[in-house]
Amino acid sequence: MHLDHTHDGPAAVSADAHRIDGTRRALRIGLGGPVGSGKTATVAALCRALRDELSLAVVTNDIYTREDAEFLLREAVLPPERIAAVETGACPHTAIRDDISANLEAVEDLEDEVGPLDLILVESGGDNLTATFSKGLVDAQIFVIDVAGGDDIPRKGGPGVTTADLLVVNKTDLAPYVGSDLGRMAADAKAQRAELPVVFQSLRTEAGVADVAAWVRAQLSAWAA
Amino acid sequence: MIATGVRATARIVAREDGRGGTALPVLEGDGPLALRRTRASGSEARVMLVGAMSGPLGGDHFAVEADVESGARLRIGSAAATIALPGQAKGESRYDVRLSVAEDGELHWLPEQLISVHGSDLHVTTRVEVAQSARLVLREEQVLGRAGEEPGRLTSRLSVRVAGRTVLDQELACGPGAPGGWDGPAVLAGHRAVGQLLVVRPEFTREPVAARMLGEHAALVPLAGPAVLVTALATDGLRLRRVLDEALASLG
Amino acid sequence: MSRGALLVLADGRFPAGGHAHSGGAEAAVKAGRVTGAASLGDFCRGRLHTAGLVSATLAAAAVLGVDPVELDAAADARTPSPALRVAARKLGRQLMRAARATWPSAELDALAREFPKGAHQPVVLGLVARAAGLGAEDAAYCAAYESVSGPASATVRLLSLDPFDATAVLARLAPELDLVADRAVEAGRRVVDEGVDALPCASAPLLEIGAEAHAAWAVRLFAS
Repeated sequence: MHLDHTHDGPAAVSADAHRIDGTRRALRIGLGGPVGSGKTATVAALCRALRDELSLAVVTNDIYTREDAEFLLREAVLPPERIAAVETGACPHTAIRDDISANLEAVEDLEDEVGPLDLILVESGGDNLTATFSKGLVDAQIFVIDVAGGDDIPRKGGPGVTTADLLVVNKTDLAPYVGSDLGRMAADAKAQRAELPVVFQSLRTEAGVADVAAWVRAQLSAWAA
Repeated sequence: MIATGVRATARIVAREDGRGGTALPVLEGDGPLALRRTRASGSEARVMLVGAMSGPLGGDHFAVEADVESGARLRIGSAAATIALPGQAKGESRYDVRLSVAEDGELHWLPEQLISVHGSDLHVTTRVEVAQSARLVLREEQVLGRAGEEPGRLTSRLSVRVAGRTVLDQELACGPGAPGGWDGPAVLAGHRAVGQLLVVRPEFTREPVAARMLGEHAALVPLAGPAVLVTALATDGLRLRRVLDEALASLG
Repeated sequence: MSRGALLVLADGRFPAGGHAHSGGAEAAVKAGRVTGAASLGDFCRGRLHTAGLVSATLAAAAVLGVDPVELDAAADARTPSPALRVAARKLGRQLMRAARATWPSAELDALAREFPKGAHQPVVLGLVARAAGLGAEDAAYCAAYESVSGPASATVRLLSLDPFDATAVLARLAPELDLVADRAVEAGRRVVDEGVDALPCASAPLLEIGAEAHAAWAVRLFAS
């Protein structure tokens, strides 16, 4: 091979909106949040809601590799070739924030292999309230908490709750049983997030993931514009 | 007095005899490396390496060269284990094996174990050239020390080219004076028998073999080329042979 | 050379994917071969003198201008385990991505085109070192150090090993790191004159076997 070419190489290294061939890449939305808050269930519900209208794929970042990917496969929300798992070496926050290279490989491989894609959901491994996605990896991020994790989480804030493009308070159907005050959670979230949106959802009700799906559609229209 | 080691070379050429068999126009051994032709099996000629001495001793330099010409089939074994012993001559001894298999030829190189005795210092080099349509089965087994004995110094390099491209180049160094960690958890972890089985077949290009474990301390892997390698560790030579035999049988 | 650039490249936080790989430590821990600081030290020493030496020489030779395509093929021949070949290419591709953003270079662009799915990481590392204005010795040090720092930090996570003990293991290996880096540069120079057969090919059977065992697990923390 010759290594003396001029510097005409592709520029797409991370957040670049275009692929190597110049086409616009898929919108990437990250879903983060604490363990057990319902990230994977929300991803599964989003896939069911959007798969008929959009070409989409999912990247999971498990603590133990492939566990979440296998849940999605079992639930058959997408064909297996549209679900990729990234190993995180016991540090899921590192893989979505400090060293995003493996996740970037995964999203690009999905676009190469099953593309063109409109949307890629990147699900973080369950971590803690400080884990957020790098802007080099995703275009927008959803932070998922649940009412059973304590109704003081919005008040406590932290980067996920405060800065995520969408805050989802999940499992609202459980609020009466765990003594969580939804009104207080909404007020605290408003105080932390100002104009940034918050969705309260229960995937067990008929509305299910509809509000989050509507928000995703709005992000996509803005991305494609 | 400085003793110098023994030099010995064995040469074998296998050639199609035109009657469906394999002839051995060259079959020369000298000194400690004697060769004996044994009864053929079908089109395959068979040769035994007969060690007249139990060498190599320190300072000795042994070489075996075998060329399988196009369409010929040859199987080489040995009558007994090769034992690396300390000698009066200072310095390392060498054992060089050079094998080649031309188009449509087939070679089975299945010598008995090499036993590295305490105080010995042996450097083994095995170089193999295999043509694109040729076939090879090669087995190497090293036993580190006789029963209950510390091993000698042993360095063994195996390089294999298929159609001019190197598909395997590896060197294992162990025993006193080898680079650090050779008996640690990354390398041998106390195992005293280590072996490799290499199988080259042109059909592996079309039907690649999947990697698999053979118990806890052996793995069968496809190389980057039409070849499969089994690497196995065992507590002794008998158990090692069992793993390698089973692996070969499983390849059909 | 720029000592500053060397620190940037050698930093464990350089975002090139290393944090998700244990360098064989996860398999060795599960098999009970690495149980604490002493066995971690033995593990690292063995890896340094085998895979570490080969990687360091590949990196040094790449800095010295040896054809990366030939070096990549030589790395394949020295890596029988397909799981390790896959890991090396993944890491190579991730390093390539990080380096092209950090030290843009026509050579790196050309290598990325030649190996869209990644070349062996040490080969990429050598060209990255060139792009960063570093020399063969720097690249050899980076590769040799990575061969032991990865398993050490993974073992801290896997065994909840005291991080001070793990760092002390690395510090005690420093003289051997120097030795391996020297040998790698010397061998790298020979490769320039004699071709890739002059690359060392020191092997570690349990790293190869353990990598295949690890790749077959359903549940694991590290990619390799």
